[in-house]
Amino acid sequence: MFETLDATLLARLQFAFTISFHIVFPAFSIGLASYLAVLEGLWLWTKDEVYFALFNFWKTIFALTFGMGVVSGIVMSYQFGTNWSVFADKAGPVVGPLMGYEVLTAFFLEAGFLGVMLFGLNRVGPKLHFFATLMVALGTLISATWILAANSWMQTPAGFSVNAAGQFVPTDWWAVIFNPSFPYRLVHMVLAAYLTTAFVVGGVGALHLLRGDAPKRAGKMFSMAMWMAALVAPIQIFAGDMHGLNTLEHQPAKVMAMEGHFQSHPDGAPLILFGVPNAAEQRVDYAIEIPKLSSLILKHDLNAPLAGLDTVPRDLQPPVAVVFWSFRVMVAIGFAMLGLGLWSLWCRWRGTLGENSWLHRAAVLMGPAGFLAVLAGWVTTEVGRQPYTVYGHLLTADSVAPVDAPAVATSLIAFIIVYFLVFGAGTFYILRLMGRLPRDPLPEEEGPIRTAGITPAAAVSSKAGSHRHGA
Amino acid sequence: MVLDLPFLWAAIIAFAVLAYVILDGFDLGVGILFPLFKQKHDRDVMMNSVAPVWDGNETWLVLGGGGLMAVFPLAYATILPALYMPLILMLLGLIFRGVAFEYRWRTKRGEFLWDIAFAGGSMVAAFMQGVALGALVQGIPVTGRAYAGGWWDWLTPFSVATGIALLIGYGLLGATWLVMKTTGELAARARRYALRAGIGTLAAMGVFSLWTPFLEPLYFERWFGWPTIVFSLLVPLLVLGCFAMLIQGLRTEHDSRPFIAALGLFVLGFAGIGISFYPYIVPASLTIWEAAAPEESLAFLIVGAVVLVPMILGYTAYAYWVFRGKVDPEEGYH
Repeated sequence: MFETLDATLLARLQFAFTISFHIVFPAFSIGLASYLAVLEGLWLWTKDEVYFALFNFWKTIFALTFGMGVVSGIVMSYQFGTNWSVFADKAGPVVGPLMGYEVLTAFFLEAGFLGVMLFGLNRVGPKLHFFATLMVALGTLISATWILAANSWMQTPAGFSVNAAGQFVPTDWWAVIFNPSFPYRLVHMVLAAYLTTAFVVGGVGALHLLRGDAPKRAGKMFSMAMWMAALVAPIQIFAGDMHGLNTLEHQPAKVMAMEGHFQSHPDGAPLILFGVPNAAEQRVDYAIEIPKLSSLILKHDLNAPLAGLDTVPRDLQPPVAVVFWSFRVMVAIGFAMLGLGLWSLWCRWRGTLGENSWLHRAAVLMGPAGFLAVLAGWVTTEVGRQPYTVYGHLLTADSVAPVDAPAVATSLIAFIIVYFLVFGAGTFYILRLMGRLPRDPLPEEEGPIRTAGITPAAAVSSKAGSHRHGA
Repeated sequence: MVLDLPFLWAAIIAFAVLAYVILDGFDLGVGILFPLFKQKHDRDVMMNSVAPVWDGNETWLVLGGGGLMAVFPLAYATILPALYMPLILMLLGLIFRGVAFEYRWRTKRGEFLWDIAFAGGSMVAAFMQGVALGALVQGIPVTGRAYAGGWWDWLTPFSVATGIALLIGYGLLGATWLVMKTTGELAARARRYALRAGIGTLAAMGVFSLWTPFLEPLYFERWFGWPTIVFSLLVPLLVLGCFAMLIQGLRTEHDSRPFIAALGLFVLGFAGIGISFYPYIVPASLTIWEAAAPEESLAFLIVGAVVLVPMILGYTAYAYWVFRGKVDPEEGYH
């Protein structure tokens, strides 16, 4: 008994650890792939070299991010079998085909055209190259769609029955894919990816504006990023609110944990701003509350009754403290993003977007904010699903492989060491690349690259300039 | 006639695994041969010869694994725990060699470290894949719906031997790939390694053809029973034919011929394993029909597979076409 529990906990830790690392790479590469497509499109349309320079700059960073996403993603796809084999057996008939479609429609598309996008400009010419960039961007979005369909099904399962062997059998694929939480989750995640990328790009742009190098390129990327922040952050807050209402409808216990509502409130629930959830005593200590606001937000009525965790058996409650805090971190970052976006609009209106060094400092500080928000949001939704893997139908404790705790512990330690080593080095290289924005204009890039790709002869003559290993 | 979906899916999964073995086989092989080439210039060219395509190659591994979960979930749920250790080690190996493609261009001082990561990761991944294959061929005990063996069952003389054999085989694929894609001294050395690895691969295939039938009565019956014995006599002839083509291609410097011959050897070896297995997907424990997902899952995904796999093959072929010919040592985006 004790050993089984241990293996479950270790398998959960391993999954949480490996997916926490993994999720930041797709979150960044979804946004970055679209950004690259926009940059290349603008370059082809306007012939403005600034866009091409930015494209090349972010392309290298994309390649590093994508590489890390691929290798950490392969680990994820095998972990269902190694550590969660009972889940794989039971939920495989539903979740498996969704992930199969992800591979067939997205992974191959990305991988097939990535090589052309990274290395092929001189070989296929700008138009086909742009097509390759579009296919890579499309692939990342299709991938997000399938994986969120699978994840949403685990959160709000629909369109299935259970057979004699205990397997989930799909009865209506339309209902499986378009399960109740899927549209909200997809929109929320894709917007999160776009915002994450916008804040990284904006942070890098702001850094170089502060340093005073390459003002044209840095200013361009900063301006584009701030447009994104100003326009998308409010949409994201709205989408998040819709998602929350959907969660209240289908996973009420998760929302109770997010809000810290241990008790039911028959006539208007307060919004707990801060406090220390105390699951043992089933109350929130040191709570700072605004009366009736929670009912207003969730039910649009000050006096609407709201059920609490006292309606959920103790062993079916999600871990409240984790969900409570991660939710607050996500929301706080969301509003900080909105704030920076509005500030940038104000500066833009005043004509000081490129000069306001306080805005630039804030943007640098906010550079990694998207990653934190994505991680916090993921923790909220995944930990909030506990103690189930398939919400309401399959317990996490009943999903785990018949695996020895020492085997899981060993592999967990190995993953921790390797991930910190490998992805630590990758992060270092990316940060260094970000710090080295080419000066504006870069002499050796001026002549040859513009002609590259039009004829093979021009491509050959450009090599002396473009071939700079380790630069 | 009713379509036998489990059979169709077994064929598709087998194709995905074969595609993986061949495609990632040659780029893993390039990593295995890395330590034999000391000069930075040679290594840069070797890396550039596979950099645009390795990612697509590895995607077949995800299709093989993910597809297995989708259409044979019970096989997935029993094979993966049985092969826990070799698969985890394979994944760790793939992590190191995968990131090396980008990292080694990003540092001068640390380049040698990522060269080691590339070579070491490739070797570990290749060896562990061979071990996993060997362990699978040995058979996996299943009780109820779960793996019923111990955590070290995979480690036997047979599985270690298959691990070594796959290292040599991937080395052959890598060497013949380099013969096809490079020029000058690098290609000349690749030719020598291709010859040695070719002889090693032939020997390994001989050893396993004699060893495997005695592992399991099922295999023995398959290979020496009528009518499949006809096949047992035919396969060695075809293998020798491929080997002759390999030698001839290396001698006469028809630079793409050795690679095709090496592919032929792999296809034959793979077919041999398939003939031994069928209709089991977990040897001696589960047939493809016992392990198959419900009809609804198989039917849903087959539509996509039938439409999409040819498209994938199409644009993958296009990507290879874009990067056809010998590698230009000066090329890359770095």
